[in-house]
Formats: sequence, structure tokens, C-alpha cells
Amino acid sequence: MNFFTLLGKYILLMRRSFGRPLNHRYFLRQVINEISSIGMSSIGIVFIISAFMGAVLVIQAGYNMENPLIPAFTLGYGVRESIILEFSPTIVSLILAGKIGSSVASQIGTMRVTEQIDALEIMGVNSASFLILPKITAALFSFPFLIAISMMVGMGGGFAAAVIWDIASATDFIAGLHYYFVPFEIVYAMIKSLAFAFIIVTVSSFYGYYAQGGAEDVGRASTRAVVYSSIAILLTNLFLTKIILG
Amino acid sequence: MIEVRSINKAFEDKQVLFDININFEKGKKNLIIGQSGSGKTVLIKCMVGLLEPDSGSIFFDGRDFTHMDTPERKGVRQEIGMLFQGSALFDTMSVEENVLFPLQMFSNMTPAEQKERADFCIERVGLIDALNQLPSEISGGMQKRAAIARAIALNPKYLFCDEPNSGLDPKTGVVIDHLIAEITEEYQITTIINTHDMNSVIEHGDRISFINKGHLWWQGDKSEFLSTDNPELNNFIYATEILKRIHPKNL
Repeated sequence: MNFFTLLGKYILLMRRSFGRPLNHRYFLRQVINEISSIGMSSIGIVFIISAFMGAVLVIQAGYNMENPLIPAFTLGYGVRESIILEFSPTIVSLILAGKIGSSVASQIGTMRVTEQIDALEIMGVNSASFLILPKITAALFSFPFLIAISMMVGMGGGFAAAVIWDIASATDFIAGLHYYFVPFEIVYAMIKSLAFAFIIVTVSSFYGYYAQGGAEDVGRASTRAVVYSSIAILLTNLFLTKIILG
Repeated sequence: MIEVRSINKAFEDKQVLFDININFEKGKKNLIIGQSGSGKTVLIKCMVGLLEPDSGSIFFDGRDFTHMDTPERKGVRQEIGMLFQGSALFDTMSVEENVLFPLQMFSNMTPAEQKERADFCIERVGLIDALNQLPSEISGGMQKRAAIARAIALNPKYLFCDEPNSGLDPKTGVVIDHLIAEITEEYQITTIINTHDMNSVIEHGDRISFINKGHLWWQGDKSEFLSTDNPELNNFIYATEILKRIHPKNL
């Protein structure tokens, strides 16, 4: 299947996914369940990755900033910029593409090959909207929180590393974190996180929804979901950065 | 009553159904039989709208389903119950939640009324003890019964069963066949059963349609079925040793 056929199928599926839910109370319950499986269950991995990456960033930046002409607060400033602009929204989203993408694609793919999606369609339920819209809503709701947590934990990890290994003093590091702070950078990071949330859930749902065959095909759909949503994240990151900051 | 008129279906270059014309009568068990790959499942999928036929029409009590717009189709689909070969129960929901699902989506009942109706359907198929169990925690036969309960929850006018006793032992298969037969008569549903199982055909075939290589090869009732002189149908019926022994020629 060529790229344009695939894109056309994806757009048509998205059009169906935004159909009005049949039962709003049921939809709300699905969204809450999805927030739990997409958002809450990702807090642990986001926490661990962010803390360690923040610490590593500080060690690497400290190693490269031994020149006495560079002000001491630069370390905190550099770490903050890296975390807010790139590390938290993009790298964490790439990691979440692996975790959430494979889970969404295999869940929907299994429903496809076991005829559960056909059962929904025969009942008169718009299966695309029923299965995908709650996931999109939950991801759009959860990602900004996950990215905000990642930013705080990343900077916290960096602070801990700076103080424990005496790379910078606590005062200098905190001064760097405050130095020339542009609140729009947070807005930029949140715009990216919303775009990436949409990409991860919709690309993974697409591959799951059109899975065919058996267990092996579901596995293949799951792998494709992760690979293509990661590529889409990197491309979108480039374009959004050029549009917003370029 | 469901009328299938001149249905043709091909997948790329491969023609699967050729000009199929069948009437499925109300209150009867209408069986579609044929070898694997003969086009039975494709025909059922065209009838319920999971596949679009290339040409022809399907009428549900005079309503042309093939040429309806999406909202009209949704209306007809709510009158359809379907029992899938693999049951197709929602695996994250318990038996009761599976049966409640269509009621929550399409009925105007209060939650208490929905529960009452769901429990009635579950009791009707003899699964009241498995209300809170997940599909993965019950046997294949119980899964089929739960799927029947879900299919009848909204009082369907039409019941489609795709190989209802495949993968079941003969005794459980008979239980499922009897349940479908009872429900068909009780609610006067138009039931269409896609099967290979000769016991189902002999026991429950009010009207039998034999599909061979995508063509409607033979139609009749169970009284004509065993004594047919149609060679392809004879080959199909008497394929097993046990049935060969009861062939009229050998008796």
C-alpha cells in the first residue's frame, strides 16, 4: 500500500473516530479508564526516566563547562532549557510511543482479529469512535500532566546530581533555573506534547484497527505502530519547532 | 423475512459469490451449508453489512438494506443479533456487562431495567451462575451461550449464527442448537445459521441452502435433504463414514 493510500485510510478513520458518542455517560467512563491506563500507569516510567536523564544532563553539562569564564548559574539555565524545550516533550513522548503505542495497537488489533470490532459494527455502534475517541481524549488530557511532571522531576534530578557530586552549588543551580525564564517555552512544550499525544494514539489505533490475521499480525501491527508513531513524532517535532520558534 | 437478490461479490480478481438469490423465512431456522471456502461466511457478512456486495440487494422485511444511508442502516442493525464463530465477547467485560452493553447503548431503559433484562437473557441461556465471570474464565460452550444472551438482549427480529457449534464437543453443540431453535420459535425471529454440522442440518434445518463454489447449488427442507439426487450435495452430506452408512442406498 503506497503512502497516499495509507494517509487517505488514516484520514477516513479519523473522520469516523470523531463521531458523536452514543452514550455520553458510558463515554465518560471509558475516558476515565483510559486516563488510568494511558496517563496514570505512565507516571512511574516518566518519573524514573526524567530523574535519571536530568542527572545525566547535569553531569555531562558540568563536564563541558569547566571554563571559569562561564558563569556558575549557566549549568542550571542550560539544563532547564534542554528539559523544557526538548527532553521532556520529545524524548518522553518517544518513550511513551513505545509503551502506549504498542498497548493501544495490540488491544485494538486483538479486538479486530477476534471479531469484537465486527460485533460492535453489527450492533450499530461506530466502532472507530467507540474505541479510538476515548483514547484520544484521555491522551490529550494526560500528556500535558506527564510532560509537566517530567519537567519538574528532570530538573529535580539535575539539582540532586549537581549538589551530590558538587558540580554546582544549590544556589547557583537554582539561580540558573530562574535565569531569563520565558513562560512561552512552556506553552511551546505543551503544544508539542498535545501533538505527540494525538500522533501516538491515532497512529497506533490505525495499525490496530486494520490488523488482519492472527497473533503474529497483531504483533506486527504493534511494531509498526511504535515505529511509525516515532517517525511521525520526529517529523512533527521538526516542523513545529520551525513554525513556533524558527 | 430476508430476501437476497442477485448478490455478487469478488475480492480483486477472485469471484466469491455468483448471483445468489435466497429467501429466509420468519420464525424458521434457515441454514446455509457448504464446504469451507464456498462463500457462506462472505454471504452472511454481505447480509449484515460487514462487506459490501458488488451488485444485488438485500431486503429486511421489504427494506433495501444495501442501498440505505448510514443512519437507516444503524436502525436495521439494531434489529440484528449475531452469534460469531469465536463468540466475539468483549474480553474486558464480564458476562453480565457483555449482555448489558447493547442495552446501555441503544435502549431507553433505566439502569435497573437494563440489569433486569440482561439477567433475564442470561438466565434464559442458563448462565446465571457466571454473571460476573470474564469470557476467558468460562468454557467455549458457555461463551457461545453468553453471546446468544447478548444477541437477544434487544429482542432482535433477525438472528445470524456463523458456525454456532464449531469448536464445541457434540453434546454442547446440540445444547447450542436447541437453544437457537427454542429462541427462534419463542420470539418468531428470522434465523440464519451458517454451518457444516450435519446433526444441526438434519435436526434443525427448516430451510436449507447449499452453497457450492460461490453458487446457490440446492435449496430445500430437511425431508428432501437426505434423499437428494444432487451429486455435489450428496458428496458433501455423505463425506464422513458414519453418514455414508445411513445413505438410503446402503440401508
